[in-house]
Amino acid sequence: MKLIIAYIQPHKLEEVKAALAKAEVGKMSVTNSLGCGAQMGYEESYRGVKFEVNLLKKIRLEIAVNESFVDKTVNAIISAARTGQIGDGKIFIVELAECIRIRTGEKGSNAIG
Amino acid sequence: MGLRRINKNVLGLSILLFMLLGGAALADEAAPAAAAEVVIKTSDLKVGMDTMWVMLTAFLVFFMNLGFAAVESGFARAKNCVNIMSKNFVVFAVSSIGFLILGWGLMFGDGSGLVGLKGLFMASGADNSPATGSAYQGVYSAISWTGVPFWAKFFFQLVFCGTAATIVSGAVAERIKYLSFIVFSFVMAMVIYPVVGHWVWGGGWLAKMGMFDFAGSTVVHSVGGWAALAGVIILGPRIGKFSNGTIKSIPGHNLSLATVGTFVLWFGWFGFNPGSTMAADPGAISHIAVTTNTAAAAAIFTATLMSYLLLGKPDLGMTLNGCLAGLVAITAPCAYVSVGSALIIGLIAGALVVLAVLMFDRLRLDDPVGALSVHLVNGVFGTICVGLFAQDKITGTATGNGLFYGGGFALLKAQLAAVVTVGIFVFLMSIVAWVAIKAIMGVRVSREEELRGLDIGEHGNEAYSGFQVFSTM
Repeated sequence: MKLIIAYIQPHKLEEVKAALAKAEVGKMSVTNSLGCGAQMGYEESYRGVKFEVNLLKKIRLEIAVNESFVDKTVNAIISAARTGQIGDGKIFIVELAECIRIRTGEKGSNAIG
Repeated sequence: MGLRRINKNVLGLSILLFMLLGGAALADEAAPAAAAEVVIKTSDLKVGMDTMWVMLTAFLVFFMNLGFAAVESGFARAKNCVNIMSKNFVVFAVSSIGFLILGWGLMFGDGSGLVGLKGLFMASGADNSPATGSAYQGVYSAISWTGVPFWAKFFFQLVFCGTAATIVSGAVAERIKYLSFIVFSFVMAMVIYPVVGHWVWGGGWLAKMGMFDFAGSTVVHSVGGWAALAGVIILGPRIGKFSNGTIKSIPGHNLSLATVGTFVLWFGWFGFNPGSTMAADPGAISHIAVTTNTAAAAAIFTATLMSYLLLGKPDLGMTLNGCLAGLVAITAPCAYVSVGSALIIGLIAGALVVLAVLMFDRLRLDDPVGALSVHLVNGVFGTICVGLFAQDKITGTATGNGLFYGGGFALLKAQLAAVVTVGIFVFLMSIVAWVAIKAIMGVRVSREEELRGLDIGEHGNEAYSGFQVFSTM
């Protein structure tokens, strides 16, 4: 089991969701996040005083999958989120030690699917 | 100028009124009368009362700027909130200056059937208001029927101009360049609105033809609506609204704000319609307040019901748009129709606005706040209603009867002529203005800016700094 964590541009969420649905990945968790990377920041000002905003708004997706779904999921995210511009985001894949469905107590692969 | 003896009961009220107005009309030559009797010139009393009414209702119409700002920003996304507030705030300043410099003169100056030609600039033509009728001497004779001071006339007409200009703001929201919007608003306040205003209210060719628009379903609302339609076409839809052949919803970020704004507009309309008597005419203003409110209430019911039936749930946005649709539709006929007719007009307007919102989506015309459905569609509908439901002299104006009251097609024809010609004129003028602005300075922000939001791109501000806002669309 793997946990796939992807940071994407906020306006790409709808397309990524559609691509994941096409790849039959229907379960995910989505949160707002702020972050900085190669895209650098931008300048805001408030009543004449400027300030650097280097944390940009991003969307964080978390998807827990069985091994056979890892490539499909990653490819779906990339296909929808890539524009070729700096700021498209990153994907992290980490080992998932356990997964438990609270309602039934199922564990492992059964709980993920 | 007859003198009238005022009885005791009226005395206290009159004195209070005159103190409020700063009027000095208590006649010195008054009375050899008892201590409790005072004699007042009724003509002065009338000017005072009329001025108070005109100014009070003008202030209410001014307050509608807040209503528009709240409705439009509530219906848009959080990332564009600063931009919409800025547009709605600055547009009244634009109207105030533009209408002063040229708008008033074009609209009310004596001139041809098409435009005013005298006293064009800075509202500085000769004028001896509040004199009326044959006693009036000046170059703004089309509005000499109301016996209030000159600047009362000007201010009341100015807030109406401001309303027409601010209608455009909502339809072009979330993608238009701030500066381009300001430039268009100047064109609107200085040329487009005043020319149509001259046709209908400035003694122009539609007025002579016998066309009636009491408070501006055509002059204000459909003019704003046609200009907005041209803007929507030139701009194109927001990114993500129509993708892959489907219509996507882009929900507004604050329906509480939109509701507050709609209440403010509803309240302001009691200045817009009853104030357009431009006189404290007790019978007329009471009648108009009730026709106005009845149409709004009826439209709320049908808009809510239509959204229930067509969309599955009673959508609040549609209920709010319904209220405004009823108000826009009754704006032309409010003084010419019965309360019963107002009820029918409102019922139809509420249904119409829901169908119009769905239609504009199908036509791929992206209007984030429903301004076209409310102001254009119902402005046209309300104007036509005068030709259908009018009853001669119901509040004093000799309109002749509408089609449903045995008046035949005469009035309806004049109304339709206004709908068609105003539509063509405003739409073409607006297209020319938008295209010119596009060529000179561009109308639309960049794709990157639109995605991140116009608040940061145009203003470098955020509306909700410190809050986490989902900006996924």
